[in-house]
Amino acid sequence: MKNFSRNFLSIKAFYLAFSCCILAFSACAGDTTKVAFVSGLQPNDNGLILPAGFKATTFAEGLGRARHIAVTSDGVVFVKLAKLKDGKGIYRLQDTNGDGKADLVTGFGDFTGTGMTVRNGYLYASSDVAVYRYRLDDRNKVVNPDQPENIVTGLLARGEHEAKAITLDYDGNLYVNIGAYSNSCQVVDRTKGSPGMRPCPVLDSAAGIWKFKADKPGQTYADGVHYATGLRNVVGLDWNKTTNTLFVMQHGRDQLHDLFPDIYDTKQSAELPAECMYELHQGSNCGWPYIYYDEFQHKKILAPEFGGDSKKTAGEDAQDPVIAFPGHLAPNGLLFYTGDQFPAKYKNGAFIAFHGSWNRAPEHQKGFFVVFVPFKDGKPSGEWEVFADNFSGSPALTASGRAQHRPCGLAQGPDGSIYVTDDTKGTVWKISYNK
Amino acid sequence: MTKTLGISFSAILLIVACGLLSLTNKSFPPIQKNGPVQNVSGLKVSIERGKKVYAEQCLSCHQVDALGVSGMTPPLVKTKWVLGDKTTLVQIVLKGLTGEIEIDGDTFHNVMAPHSELTDQQIADVLTYVRNSFGNKARAISAAEVKVIRAKTK
Ligand code: HEC
Repeated sequence: MKNFSRNFLSIKAFYLAFSCCILAFSACAGDTTKVAFVSGLQPNDNGLILPAGFKATTFAEGLGRARHIAVTSDGVVFVKLAKLKDGKGIYRLQDTNGDGKADLVTGFGDFTGTGMTVRNGYLYASSDVAVYRYRLDDRNKVVNPDQPENIVTGLLARGEHEAKAITLDYDGNLYVNIGAYSNSCQVVDRTKGSPGMRPCPVLDSAAGIWKFKADKPGQTYADGVHYATGLRNVVGLDWNKTTNTLFVMQHGRDQLHDLFPDIYDTKQSAELPAECMYELHQGSNCGWPYIYYDEFQHKKILAPEFGGDSKKTAGEDAQDPVIAFPGHLAPNGLLFYTGDQFPAKYKNGAFIAFHGSWNRAPEHQKGFFVVFVPFKDGKPSGEWEVFADNFSGSPALTASGRAQHRPCGLAQGPDGSIYVTDDTKGTVWKISYNK
Repeated sequence: MTKTLGISFSAILLIVACGLLSLTNKSFPPIQKNGPVQNVSGLKVSIERGKKVYAEQCLSCHQVDALGVSGMTPPLVKTKWVLGDKTTLVQIVLKGLTGEIEIDGDTFHNVMAPHSELTDQQIADVLTYVRNSFGNKARAISAAEVKVIRAKTK
């Protein structure tokens, strides 16, 4: 007991120091983003820092590059891996005794990838070039683990933004991200002095969301409907039941300072552009590569490759974001919370897993947390706040980017708990609320 | 008590942090185009200049500690490219690199842009710096060597 309270105290002391660091750095970095960063968050006994009343259990560990995650109506968890573990690319995790930890773990599937979702007795999984599905029996066991149906094959993957994040609507459609094989559509990618291409040829076959039939095997890339365009890369996406629309999180462009040192200093380059949430409809255009969103000026700014100077606005035909977050935080998971377990303010709001930045160097890295945005009637109804923090292990590991864990996938369980994956070590946390 | 402690603590941190930030924000002096790099003090000078080239040209992708970014950008620590054949290494900087590469079972597939606009001396310096930092130990590369490799790379 004594030991416990001492431990607890030191965690508190650490946390105080942590808040001070944040304060110090944001003060001199002129960080104007309004963030309820520390208020109300408390350390959990496995290292995560959560709001009062929430508790995280380590549901599973050691899965390696655990990407997206899906939970069935009876609480069976499936995780997609970006690197095979013991030759398997999907893991089925079951907690048979209800202690918050998976005790029945089986692997199947010989391909790596990111996408994972479950609907109507099927598990959907994506590689970087295809979407498959597996039939589940009435106990959510995979019927034929070695022979999934090919739903879509031949998707484009050119080595950059190749992860195929997927989600489904409730009318039998499958939405697939085809990321841009480019940072900002220069003639020579990521090369100083190379001009932007207008029209950008990447937009014809990538940098958007493609829509397929969820229950029709044998579709090819060409069968897809080009649903939305001007999205550089989307990893976090979810269907919003309140609005009956698709919401996505875009990974904004990199390297403003590297490519245009005369226009952007390293600090501006670390903060810009915003990571944006968009609500999509058939035909939506979010503006990449011609513009990016500046959350300080609250404007769509002409990209420097296309003649921009950090102030000129453009993209009148492009949508505005639903909400904008600081640059380079890498949103990899999006979940609209529909459960009843969490306090009322969380209902229908958005959880976003931020993988954490790399493109803020030489400034300090940032992210490695799960944030929450309250929603009312399908629109944000307040500021975003950090919900679960310290995945990195410490403020120093956040700053250096050498995070111990990087949040990636999010899913909601039937009891209203949420699950978070980490694609550095392959930890899966289950976060519950218990007054 | 805790409150005052916290406040003074953050004040100190603020000062330290701002100091650090202003240090990293300092602009770099221009790099000399020519200069001997073969002798020991020449090596030191080349490493010094190379450090600045690294900060401006490589750091944002390969990171401050040269350990790269998992799944995207490879480390520059004891890889076969960094420690290996000079021609291949110089050509990676001149022409860039795309496609998937594997280092210790981890794959990387982001894009490394060409850096052919750097002078022979800058390339020699940055590679000499990388080959003698971050736990690496390998022979220096001279501007003359880069010049020869550049000529046959075109
Ligand atoms: C735009 C980001 C970027 C910049 C800037 C960059 N690199 Fe790279 N570098 C990469 C990526 C990504 C790879 C791996 C490419 C691949 O997978 O084909 C790589 C590979 C390498 C490799 C071979 C693999 C290894 O790890 O040993 C070397 C050596 C290297 N870079 C050195 C440099 C040097 C020196 C500079 C500065 C002059 C530099 N890079 C600038 C992204 C970058």
